[in-house]
Amino acid sequence: MSAFFSPFISKPDTVSAIMLRVLLALLPGIALYVWHFGPAILVSIALASLTALGTEALMLKLRNRPVMHFLGDNSALLTGWLLALSIPPLAPWWLVVVGTAFAIAIAKHLYGGLGNNPFNPAMIGYAVLIISFPAQMTHWLTPHGLGLAELGFLDQLKYMFLGALPPNVTLDAITMATPLDTLKTRLHLDESVKQILGMPIYGRLAGQGSEMVSLGFMLGGLYLLAARIITWHIPVAFLGTLFVTAGIFHLADPDHYVAPLFHWFSGAAMLGAFFILTDPITSPTTTRGKLIFATGAGLLTYLIRIFGSFPDGMAFATLLMNICVPLIVLYTQPAVFGKKEKRP
Amino acid sequence: MTYQGIKDIFYNGLWKQNPGIAQLLGLCPLLAISNSVVNALSLGLATTLVMTLSGSGVAAIREVIPNETRIPVYILLIAVLVTIVQFLMNAYMYSLYLVLGIFIPLIVTNCIVLARAESFASKNSVFASALDGIAMGLGLTAVLVVLGGIREIFGHGTLLSGIDMVFGETAKSLVITVVPDYHGFLLAILPPGAFIALGLLIAMKNWLNLRAERKAHGANATVAPIEGGCSPATHG
Repeated sequence: MSAFFSPFISKPDTVSAIMLRVLLALLPGIALYVWHFGPAILVSIALASLTALGTEALMLKLRNRPVMHFLGDNSALLTGWLLALSIPPLAPWWLVVVGTAFAIAIAKHLYGGLGNNPFNPAMIGYAVLIISFPAQMTHWLTPHGLGLAELGFLDQLKYMFLGALPPNVTLDAITMATPLDTLKTRLHLDESVKQILGMPIYGRLAGQGSEMVSLGFMLGGLYLLAARIITWHIPVAFLGTLFVTAGIFHLADPDHYVAPLFHWFSGAAMLGAFFILTDPITSPTTTRGKLIFATGAGLLTYLIRIFGSFPDGMAFATLLMNICVPLIVLYTQPAVFGKKEKRP
Repeated sequence: MTYQGIKDIFYNGLWKQNPGIAQLLGLCPLLAISNSVVNALSLGLATTLVMTLSGSGVAAIREVIPNETRIPVYILLIAVLVTIVQFLMNAYMYSLYLVLGIFIPLIVTNCIVLARAESFASKNSVFASALDGIAMGLGLTAVLVVLGGIREIFGHGTLLSGIDMVFGETAKSLVITVVPDYHGFLLAILPPGAFIALGLLIAMKNWLNLRAERKAHGANATVAPIEGGCSPATHG
């Protein structure tokens, strides 16, 4: 009989392994994405991955760092995937390339590479794209069965790389504004929330199709929680704040403010709550700090969604809270055992 | 004034103590107006003119100004000169005057003008101060033009657009389309583009300095290569 005695030494998690599991956790959401919107997203993810790895290798070489060592940590890959998932799937190829290259080269490596970047690189990439190319960033694919026309995979490829659409098909026939954007525009036209949600692009919770994708990301996020790659503080505080804020507005005026669950399952809320805000580099390390950080992000996301001029507030809320992280961490240092708590 | 002295003044203004990428003074107009080559060049030259005149003016009266009130006197002098430049532009380059707008009167508050008056013109001869004004102004203009060029090419895909505002309608053919059929990259035109491009220019200057330093050391003794090659470079 053999016996095991403590202490047990566990194999330490490497950055590479953790990043790989985060990538895996994105798969259910991506699968549902393909199911509802077609395979175009796979192409933009592949393109973003290639660009991310290429830019990462180039920047590492320029900075005289060991290329293969850092290239294997999968962090560039994750940035590329998150960016590809945040922008319209049928984006022209250069949109993906410019966004990803900017994210890796400027937002990550100019600040010192992995572990030193104050801002989430994928969100910087998104912000650059939505500010620079607002038109291309609003052409979201309509889910299966809702558009006037649908493109086959080859036609989608043709559009992404050559910009050519088949005859008789216009861009408007295959794309639409996001459910969140449509809601905002229609509300400005004095329609009530109830009327708007009756439109065919809306499903049970939020947008037809996109609600399922959000659900997929939530599943992946729950896996990350179960695998202890992330802690509960950020997702719970973020989604909780979003729910409560949206709930207060909704209770006060249900005709003009949509129910909180809609906010949970539309836009990048789920992706943000589990995959973007929880980035260990750009979020606080202290527990209380995480709660403050995520609460702020939830509040800002809601405010930008309702009162801002951009379709979704997730990216800008993340970036605004990212810049607060050093201050938050400074003021939430736990007291050292045996010492009286002192403000820094 | 020796030949070496003149050379030093120009080396300082154009490179070593360049107002745009070494002293980082006068960033407000630098960042706000550098969205096209023509805007950048015009404001740069206007600033150069003001700096040359204010430098020589301050140097001429430096013996008679009481030390305690020298700053207000400098500012008054600069304000008078800027007003003259503003009226001249209003009269002869009206459409450009409209584009540059508030940034012409704001030359008064440009730190670099006062900084040179205080740190150079108040201690040197009229001739040297005028040269310093020209050198510093041209240094600022050079940075402005490079920045304007980068931002215009990335933002619009053109160069020299708006040149007709300076030389009249006939100059419109001078506009160069660098990238035909360009989508436009708004970020380069917006303020973040200015900050990013300026950051890259400063990084480039530091890198060149570092390389020159290494070369100089390398001639005498072998210096261990600096780890990573990205440690902060010393200013000149």
